[in-house]
Parts: sequence; C-alpha cells; structure tokens
Amino acid sequence: MDGWPGVVIMIALGVGFAAVMIGLSVLLGPKNPTPEKLAPYECGMPAVGDARERHSVKFYLVAMIFLLFDIEIAFLYPWAVALRDLGWPGFVQVVTFFLILAVGYVYVWRKGVLDWGPVARATRAAARREAA
Amino acid sequence: MDSIDLRLLVQLGVIGLTFFMLINASALLVLAERKFMGFMQQRYGPYLVGPHGVLQPLADILKLLFKEELRPKGADKWLFTLAPILSVTAAFAAFATVPWGAETTLFGLLDEPIKLGVADVNVGVLVVFAITSMGVYGIVLAGWSSNSKYSLMGGLRASAQMISYELSYATALAAVIMLAGSLSLREVVDAQQGTWLGFLSRWYLFVQPVGFIIYIIAGVAETNRAPFDFPEAEQELVAGYNTEYSSVRFALFPQAEYINMVTMSGVATSLYLGGWHGLLPFYTPLDPLIEANGLGWLVFLAKVGGILFTYIWVRWTVPRYRYDQLMQFGWKWLFPASVINLIVTAALMLYVLNA
Repeated sequence: MDGWPGVVIMIALGVGFAAVMIGLSVLLGPKNPTPEKLAPYECGMPAVGDARERHSVKFYLVAMIFLLFDIEIAFLYPWAVALRDLGWPGFVQVVTFFLILAVGYVYVWRKGVLDWGPVARATRAAARREAA
Repeated sequence: MDSIDLRLLVQLGVIGLTFFMLINASALLVLAERKFMGFMQQRYGPYLVGPHGVLQPLADILKLLFKEELRPKGADKWLFTLAPILSVTAAFAAFATVPWGAETTLFGLLDEPIKLGVADVNVGVLVVFAITSMGVYGIVLAGWSSNSKYSLMGGLRASAQMISYELSYATALAAVIMLAGSLSLREVVDAQQGTWLGFLSRWYLFVQPVGFIIYIIAGVAETNRAPFDFPEAEQELVAGYNTEYSSVRFALFPQAEYINMVTMSGVATSLYLGGWHGLLPFYTPLDPLIEANGLGWLVFLAKVGGILFTYIWVRWTVPRYRYDQLMQFGWKWLFPASVINLIVTAALMLYVLNA
C-alpha cells in the first residue's frame, strides 16, 4: 500500500492483538491471589525495602551522551541522501562537524564515562596517581 | 466490483497476511529455536505435541492463556499492562515499512501492479529506526512498573544497551542510504537489481562488508539476544525486566522479541542482501526465471530465514559477554568503526563519481 495508512493499520492491529490476548487471559485465567504471590520476587526471601531506590549514575550519563550523538545521526541522514548533489563541499562540512564532535567524544572517553565496572576505574585512578 | 475496490481489498489482504505471518513467524521461531537448540546440544527438543512437536507453540500459548495474571503489590496498575502492549505494538509496526516482494499483478488479477508490503513510504528506513526505538519504552516501563529490583535492573540495562547500539546501527544504515541515494526501502532494494561483471549479484553486502557486520552485531544487541541478552540474563537477574510477569502479559515480551528479530532480518535483507533480487551471491540461471514469474518474495523469505538461523546459531555458539564489556565494545569500537566506515564510503563515492 502507498503511504501511511498501512503503518496506522499495523499499529491498530498490534494494539488490538495485544489487548485481545490480555483480555482473553483475564477472562480465562483463575484468580486466587495470596500475599506471597503478590510480593515482588527476591529469590524466595521476603522482599527488603522498595525497588525504586537510587541507582548508578552511569545509566544517566549514557542517556545524555546518547542524546548528543543520536542528534548527530539525525543530521547525517539528509546529508547521506543528498551526497551526490552536495559533492566535496558538503563532505568537508560534515567532516568538520564530525571533528568538533570527536573533541567531545574524546573528552567523554578521557573522563571515563565509557568505562564500566570498578576495574577500569581503579586502573585509571592508579595511572593518575602515578602521573601526579 | 470495479477495479478500485478490488485493489483496495487486495491491499488490505496483503496487510492482513503480513500481520498474520508475523504472528506465525514468532511462534515458528520459538519452535525452530528450541529444535535447533536441541540439535546443537544433542537432544530432541520438543517432540511430544503433534508430529515432531510442531504444535508445541500452540500448546504453550494455550497454557499461558489459562494461567493466573499476577501483578505484584506496589506495581503501577496501568503501566504494568501498558508495557507489554507497547512492546508488541512497536514490534508489529516496525515491520510495516519493510517491503517483502516486487510489484506484482497477482498473475493478472489486477490491472495495475501492487507493491507487496504493508506500507511504502519514502522515509522507510527512518520509520523502522523510529519505531524500533519505541520498543525501548515497553521494556523500561515493564522494568520500572513491576516494583521489583531484578525487573528495574533489567529494564535499566536494556535501555542503556539498546540506545548505545542504536547509534552504531543507525550510522551503519546511513552508509547504505548514501549508496542508494534514497530512504525508501523499496528503492534501496531496486538499486541492487542485476549483477556486477556479469556474475556477482549487486548486493550492497559486497560494497559495505564492514557496515553489514556492524549492523548484524548491533541488531543482536538491539533485540537483546545472546550473546548480548543482559536484560534477561538468568544467572544475574532471574528473568530481567519480565521477572514479575505471568500469563499472556509475559508471553507478549518474547513475542515482541521474535518479531523484532524478523524485522531486523528483513531490513538487513533489504539493505545488504538485495531483498528479492538475486537468490545467491553470484548469478544463477534461476534469477531471471524468478523475476519473470514474480516469485521474488520466496527469495526474500529464504534470505530472512538464513539470517534468522544465524541468530539462533550465534546464540548457542557464543557465551554471554559481561555487561561492562558490552558497553565498552559498543561505545569504543563499534561506534567509531561505523562513523569511519561512513566517512570512507562518502569519500570513495565522491571520488568515483567525480573521476
């Protein structure tokens, strides 16, 4: 099919399918909840505290640098389509754009945002102490 | 009935067929995976339900339908149900712009040929990219709304992993877009018709081998498959983001995952393996025969099946990585590699065009 109606129909079919399946299981399934069944699973032990606690800042950092680089890729797509028309001048502009981004990338790398786990951080800290 | 009504009817039929086949594909893939797994581990796999166990997925879904729906105390009532719906809807919708066959008149039934595929939009690649990103929401919401520590950890891991690999995946795609000069998947496929030097199929795989490898690796990570299945790594997180799910709401997550695998393979086939053009990497006398008889969709299915088999094969061959290795590999190797691949492609293309 030409154009967007197909995408809309597909989304509607997907929602419909999921809703019907969940509705069917609500109708057909038994219902006898007990406090033990409704407790969050923690390997059979009584749950300790709430799950929504603070967690590693790493995940936020990844989300932020993802945003930056994802926008960069959004800029790349029009350039990729129009490469033939833009020619070498367009190429030079995009490479300049990339070089500016590469500065940020190197900064993020040197700051250790891309390092995960205690081992990598410990070795970096040791290297810094040695240099100082 | 005049021809416009018939045409609309056929198009709706094609959409319905695609949808039905996606549901079937997820069921068949579960069976195929378990069968291949059994074969690779020297055991039978499912063999009791139906001949050679082919009815096993049907039995599974029927069993899950009759199971109790549990929602843990403290879980968010609406988001907990919304998450699987969102996941599975994004999976279905992402396939919408993937064309699966050449234009056909259905053996002379229609006056004008119709395009086999749900929707033919001129920004098909962007739509696939946008909708697969929506799948992250389903998983993150599932993890967060469950109010369980394992779920939250799995959801967080999934989001970080999926957005990290999305970068490399999108950059690898941009190189193919550049070669074809179009964002429409159908036009990219048609740009790969014919042969080079008379014997090599014009697949973009041969001009973008690095891009293809990056795409496949990132695709495995995007669909949360082994060796990158950290969101549901059972030794670390019980079942990850779907720990607290039961019954059909649980079944919808694996289903979304398997449909996403089909979409990934479909996009890889369209962008790198020539879609419905060229059955094998080299010219065969079958190729003109297939094109003339409008059987391209069989070629497409065969290629998608081949990639799906590779997915399963990789899962039972490579052990799981560690999460820090995954993130470092994605950010420090795959992403720079895909950017360099893109720039080198652009420079070579301009050089060849202006020479």
